[in-house]
Amino acid sequence: MSIELKHVSYVYSAGSAFERRALNDICLTIEDGEYVALCGHTGCGKSTLVQHLNGLLQPTEGQVLVDGKDINAEGVDRKRLRQKVGLVFQYPEYQLFEETVEKDIAFGPRNMGLPEKEIHERVRRAMDHVHMSYEKYAQSSPFDLSGGQMRRVAIAGVLAMEPSVLVLDEPTAGLDPRGRDRILRIIQELHEEKNVTIIMVSHSMDDVARLASRMIVMMDGTIAASGPCREVFQKRDLLEQAGLGVPAAVKLCLKLREQGLQLPEDLYTAEELHDHLLKLFKEKGGLKGC
Amino acid sequence: MSNQACVQVDHVTFQYEEGADKVLKDISLTVNRGEFLAILGHNGSGKSTLAKLLNGLYLPGEGRVVVCGMDTSDENETWNIRQKAGMIFQNPDNQIVATVVREDVAFGLENMGVPHDEMVRRIDAALEAVHMSERAESAPHMLSGGQKQRVAIAGVLAMEPEIIIADESTAMLDPQGRAEVLEVMHRLNREKGMTVIWITHYMEEAADADRIIVISDGTIALEGTPREVFSQVGTMRTLHLDVPHMAALADSLRKDGVPLPEGILTVEEMTQEVCKLLCPSN
Repeated sequence: MSIELKHVSYVYSAGSAFERRALNDICLTIEDGEYVALCGHTGCGKSTLVQHLNGLLQPTEGQVLVDGKDINAEGVDRKRLRQKVGLVFQYPEYQLFEETVEKDIAFGPRNMGLPEKEIHERVRRAMDHVHMSYEKYAQSSPFDLSGGQMRRVAIAGVLAMEPSVLVLDEPTAGLDPRGRDRILRIIQELHEEKNVTIIMVSHSMDDVARLASRMIVMMDGTIAASGPCREVFQKRDLLEQAGLGVPAAVKLCLKLREQGLQLPEDLYTAEELHDHLLKLFKEKGGLKGC
Repeated sequence: MSNQACVQVDHVTFQYEEGADKVLKDISLTVNRGEFLAILGHNGSGKSTLAKLLNGLYLPGEGRVVVCGMDTSDENETWNIRQKAGMIFQNPDNQIVATVVREDVAFGLENMGVPHDEMVRRIDAALEAVHMSERAESAPHMLSGGQKQRVAIAGVLAMEPEIIIADESTAMLDPQGRAEVLEVMHRLNREKGMTVIWITHYMEEAADADRIIVISDGTIALEGTPREVFSQVGTMRTLHLDVPHMAALADSLRKDGVPLPEGILTVEEMTQEVCKLLCPSN
């Protein structure tokens, strides 16, 4: 399922004193099966953008096409669209409301009017995807779970709709390292094993470097850069201007080059840098001055 | 209690309900005057519970907590303790009560019955200290998350505390907001000698602390300078925590036989050490 934004602009509170253009002439295509990171400073328009992807917001100007069809055209079944393009908001655990984990996850599929058996199977599958044991947790109250577990249940609620595109707005915000790694692993599994297209809003350049195949940098409602991570991380000035940093590995590469060490241009993850430094070290015979 | 100690936690055990699991188990620690202490721990480790014990929001089941010479279980001292040990929480939006920044900062002072002129002086000084003077008349909801947290810090500062406890106060901020808030706290610590207790699960934020205490399963699992704590990469990982990126990279290279020294934390240190081994001029 591909998503295309054609000259999309969005204006909040148009015509009032608070009028603000949050998106300005955005053109963007996301292909089936991509893992895209959407980055930018608070207020750059990324949350506004993601709400356009499943029709929650309708562009003031321009078009959003899903599989070539304008989703805001008359007669389009937007409910079906939202099943296909699942959106996980920031702090999704605040949206949990049911008495049990099972009921909460079943809420979406039940609204779709699916038969009970199918609903049950989907709940099990969704819990399986987010590494929550059905036997152990299905009948628990979501409010008795830890923060990380609550977030996984909330994500399962979106997965139970079996979307082919999953949009996540800062899915790891506020989680500790273990919670963060678990969520990122779940997303990666969905991408690799189920071929779900991933669009993830993230502030962590190190996570982006490690996971995404493409990154989009937004600034003041426009797209300032878009391309493979290894290309975008070369544009250090632009990233700084966009209020983003570069991954720690890129910072180290820059410093080492300043000191005269020859390093390839496109090293950007800790693993790559580790391997390259190890190689250089071995070439030197493993001893200083050799 | 020595002159240097401004918080003393003495064999404290805490549970939320009778019969429930103990969240803190026989914890003892001392916070020194003027210290920047980072407390690390994964979600559910007990670190936020510990924070709330430090200014009497919770009272210990066993043991005692003494803040600036006052026992938190002495009800007569509760308000004095909270004035001496101010607290900043995670969600900036839950801490703002007024519709204008300077009124929000005034809130605590009004409750204390501080005279008007004194109040104005303190509010101005507090906003100045967090670099928010220019936004004194703004509406808080027009501020960024980092700015809101700085207003919350100003609200605490106006009470003229000796200790500020920040409980995951950057968790909901973007990288720039996080940097702003951490920078303000370091400056208050450096320039005004404010004692700071900084609770976080962002390892990088603890790198500049004077001392780190790692809480796990309700007990102190590790304690030391950032260099000492972050050298223990394996232990930190078994505690479900990370180490700063450079400490992790140095550790993995060391394991593969590259003779890098222990204790590397920053990009600058890593550059220096790698250069010693690999740069052409060496």
